[in-house]
Amino acid sequence: MFRSFGPNEVLYIVSAVQWTLLLSAIAFAGGAVGGMAIALARVSTTKPLRYAALAFIRVFQGTPLLMQLFLVYFGLSIMGVGINLWVAAAAALTLHASAYLGEIWRGCIEAVPSGQSEASYALGLKYRDRMRYVVLPQAAKISVAPTVGFLVQLIKATSLTSIIGFVELTRAGQIINNATFQPLTVFSLVAAVYFILCWPLSMWARHLEGRFAVATTR
Amino acid sequence: MSNAVPENTDAAVVMRDVDKWYDSYHALTSINLTVARGEKIVVCGPSGSGKSTLIRCINQLETIRSGTITVDGIELTAGGDNVDKIRREVGMVFQQFNLFPHMTVLENCMLAPIKVRGVSKAEAEQTARRYLERVRIPEQAEKYPAQLSGGQQQRVAIARALCMNPKIMLFDEPTSALDPEMVNEVLDTMIDLAREGMTMLVVTHEMGFARKVADRVIFMDKGEIVEIGEPESFFSNPQNERTKTFLGQIAH
Ligand SMILES: Nc1ncnc2c1ncn2[C@@H]1O[C@H](COP(=O)(O)OP(=O)(O)O)[C@@H](O)[C@H]1O
Ligand SMILES: [Mg+2]
Repeated sequence: MFRSFGPNEVLYIVSAVQWTLLLSAIAFAGGAVGGMAIALARVSTTKPLRYAALAFIRVFQGTPLLMQLFLVYFGLSIMGVGINLWVAAAAALTLHASAYLGEIWRGCIEAVPSGQSEASYALGLKYRDRMRYVVLPQAAKISVAPTVGFLVQLIKATSLTSIIGFVELTRAGQIINNATFQPLTVFSLVAAVYFILCWPLSMWARHLEGRFAVATTR
Repeated sequence: MSNAVPENTDAAVVMRDVDKWYDSYHALTSINLTVARGEKIVVCGPSGSGKSTLIRCINQLETIRSGTITVDGIELTAGGDNVDKIRREVGMVFQQFNLFPHMTVLENCMLAPIKVRGVSKAEAEQTARRYLERVRIPEQAEKYPAQLSGGQQQRVAIARALCMNPKIMLFDEPTSALDPEMVNEVLDTMIDLAREGMTMLVVTHEMGFARKVADRVIFMDKGEIVEIGEPESFFSNPQNERTKTFLGQIAH
């Protein structure tokens, strides 16, 4: 007989949210570092650097995240590193986030008027100081809303790691469903937990976007 | 040249046979110009004639294809670190001000001296306040650029450039983006600067300013220096047809 769907099952699912959050946080942190490198490479004056970054973005935006997960997961095991679900999931999502954040932030850097860089050159500021004190602070202001928007996408994307067997929110739902066979109840609960995570973030992103629109209309 | 006349080491800027291309567009054609120390030059000419390009070549905001540019005795070589040396000695003021909007007026003025000249924060602040005083807006030091009028912003931009203690100042249509009632406050600041002996190259159509401070006026058209002369003769007795036409157009 199937297990019944009780408080223990609910608790199991809800507590799996910690793994979803932790994986999202790792991928976001890794993606922030990778994305910054990609964005700076994309606006670099060095041609090979620009093209390398562009190729990276094209590959990771042009293929399904699930295939990237498979490739990293099986790639790691073939290379003899052994199958570590955490490493595979975190690595694949970090690469994914790097590509997307890199492209988002490139756009933000390019949205800073060229006069800002020209004034920096004219004052004799070097690349580092120009980026650090003039360009990036202004780009950062523009980037907050789309970055939070991407974070919502990333949280939802972690659900794909359930397919390689990583136990997070979605996988926990599948496990409970296999035991209780109450798919509607189980996956409604899972969806509700995602919604509670993502909805406030989406609202916040929209709020920030609105504020930015006000700030930029003169 | 065959005769071994030494370079005019007294000159602030020497441009020799300078050619500038934007891809396939010939923006400057064999420019030859020597600017003496302390000299004030006004550059005028129709839109698209290459005025901005000319002065932007001096601090390498644009790279030239051929010819040489020597600034304060330092010759510009492609890719060399002379560019940094020259930019430290040459200040620039833009039509659109280009102040850093996320920094206060004071911070705008302190950034480059601290990061480029390596002066202490305290010294940079002292210098900044002194120059803000000189452009007559000391009370705006803690404000952000967006809180100032256009004329005030442009005066901050002038102060910011002066904080680097430059030997040469470039102005690219500094009053063109201003409401008419603010033009004079900026021009007056520039006149003060001229009186103190600064070497200045000014792209402007403010002919009153040109008459008052210019040692020479340059007329450019189609990427060439068409005519160059002292203001008196330049305005009252232009030699070139194109100059005459142009002066006729801006006279009213
Ligand atoms: N970055 C650029 N790329 C291509 N063409 C340019 C660029 N900047 C200026 N030009 C062209 O060079 C010519 C001279 O421009 P500019 O020096 O800005 O003229 P002015 O300041 O006298 O109006 C114009 O025809 C302009 O279209
Ligand atoms: Mg111009």
